[in-house]
Amino acid sequence: MRRGRIQEAAFTFLMVSSLALVTATLVGIVAVVLIKGGPALSVDMITETPTAGYYLGGGGGILNAIVGSLWLALSATALAFVVSIAVATYLQREFSTPRLANAVRTVLELLWGVPSIVYGVICFVIMVFVGLGTSLLAGIVALTLLEVPIMTRVMDESLSSVPPELKVSAHVLGSNRAETSVRVVWRQAAPGLVSAVLLAFGRGIGDAASILFTAGFTDFIPRSVLDSAAALPTMIFFLSTSPLPEVRERAYAAAFVLLALVLVISVASRLLTHKLSTYVVK
Amino acid sequence: MSTPQIMARGLDVRIGKHHILKDVAVDVPPKKITVIMGPSGCGKTTLLKCFNRLIDLTENVKVKGKVIVDGQDIFAPGVDVIAVRKKMGLLSQRPYPLPMSIYNNVAYGLRIHGTRGHDTLDAKVKHYLEAVGLWEEVKHRLREPATALSIGQQQRLCLARGLAVEPEVILCDEPTSALDPVAAKKVEELLVKLKADYTIVLVTHVLRQAKKLADQVNFIYLGEIVEQGPADELFANPKETLTKEYFSGEIGY
Repeated sequence: MRRGRIQEAAFTFLMVSSLALVTATLVGIVAVVLIKGGPALSVDMITETPTAGYYLGGGGGILNAIVGSLWLALSATALAFVVSIAVATYLQREFSTPRLANAVRTVLELLWGVPSIVYGVICFVIMVFVGLGTSLLAGIVALTLLEVPIMTRVMDESLSSVPPELKVSAHVLGSNRAETSVRVVWRQAAPGLVSAVLLAFGRGIGDAASILFTAGFTDFIPRSVLDSAAALPTMIFFLSTSPLPEVRERAYAAAFVLLALVLVISVASRLLTHKLSTYVVK
Repeated sequence: MSTPQIMARGLDVRIGKHHILKDVAVDVPPKKITVIMGPSGCGKTTLLKCFNRLIDLTENVKVKGKVIVDGQDIFAPGVDVIAVRKKMGLLSQRPYPLPMSIYNNVAYGLRIHGTRGHDTLDAKVKHYLEAVGLWEEVKHRLREPATALSIGQQQRLCLARGLAVEPEVILCDEPTSALDPVAAKKVEELLVKLKADYTIVLVTHVLRQAKKLADQVNFIYLGEIVEQGPADELFANPKETLTKEYFSGEIGY
């Protein structure tokens, strides 16, 4: 009896302290970003592109990076979605053998662990080979490669957890495999699929290394996929390496903008997940 | 007696190292309730799964022998499995509604088999929900998720969903085992009503249910048919010792 109570208390303590640690980290990051970057936050910052002297403390903003980041991450996530949903669906038992599926899963996990700079370098080599300069397109391709393993693996988990009885229900009604997957399995797994997209998007929008060589950097808003593009992570990188304190301040402000973007998209997808959960069979 | 709608001959099923069904021969007469009865784990469900080739989804399975449905061996090469399954409704032990609204659960089968148009769909959905006595209970909440219904209602919804595909046969795998007595009784009454239009195969281990519903009985034990025949004869005087023991509750359960 006494031992049970001690165990109970110990586990409660562990859980509460873990939660506190995670929350404190998040609050800490937001606080540091706000305190250090607060003075640099302004309307100009998110509505204007940098002037020539911006990196030396001159006027302007980081609109080029905000737009660039949105283009890069949204396009890459959309492309990765198309690839990932197809691969993840194929990994299920109706389509592939467990042996093949497990081999692919291992490869995906390895790819997940590949540092993003490697994707950047690989894409850079391909760009040189086809004669393409740093461009939005190259950046999107690099980010897509980075996102696909993550999105596919998480989607696969979510699709695998659909109860087999549900698939049987669809099969006995005379559904073929495609109808079963698209109309029943995807719908049942929808909240998990959204999480997969969100996770990959978060990784994509925050990554600097893979787009450093591929998307390049520019003070202008890209007008075509062949233009170079700035992004928030690369902007933060350049600003934060400045010797001038007022420019480093801007790096924190840019980080705050990135955090805010991710937050807005997370909340939106939470709402979407909630809506999609309505019909899920528990 | 009319030609059986389903005929199994020399049906032998192995899953991995287990020999599940041994040289089984069963006749399922049309528009009757054929009961497959026996203790848990004796191969009843496997036999049922052979009738609509759901057995294909099992891993490491080997099927020998024939299952002839309407004169066609459904295990022959080149058979359209979708067409076979469309002919057979299935009611499983626990209801598994599709992850969509009550309305769409019934409309799903209609849509994938080509029914279009709101009015046609509405009318058919209503028709099949009425057929299972669910319409009055759900007509004001058709857009709600199917999981909002009680288990008993869900089971009847699954039946309606199956009927919407216009099958000839309804396969029931212990359809009342997860239901409370009142809901179970409703399903039993429905089956009796439905046998006017459908051939019904009912797998059960509930003797009381078998006695109440069966026209034809197959008693199966450890993968072999022990005894089969018309229900009244078989229940009145079983010939085999095993059957007698099962009826008296000495084996099984």
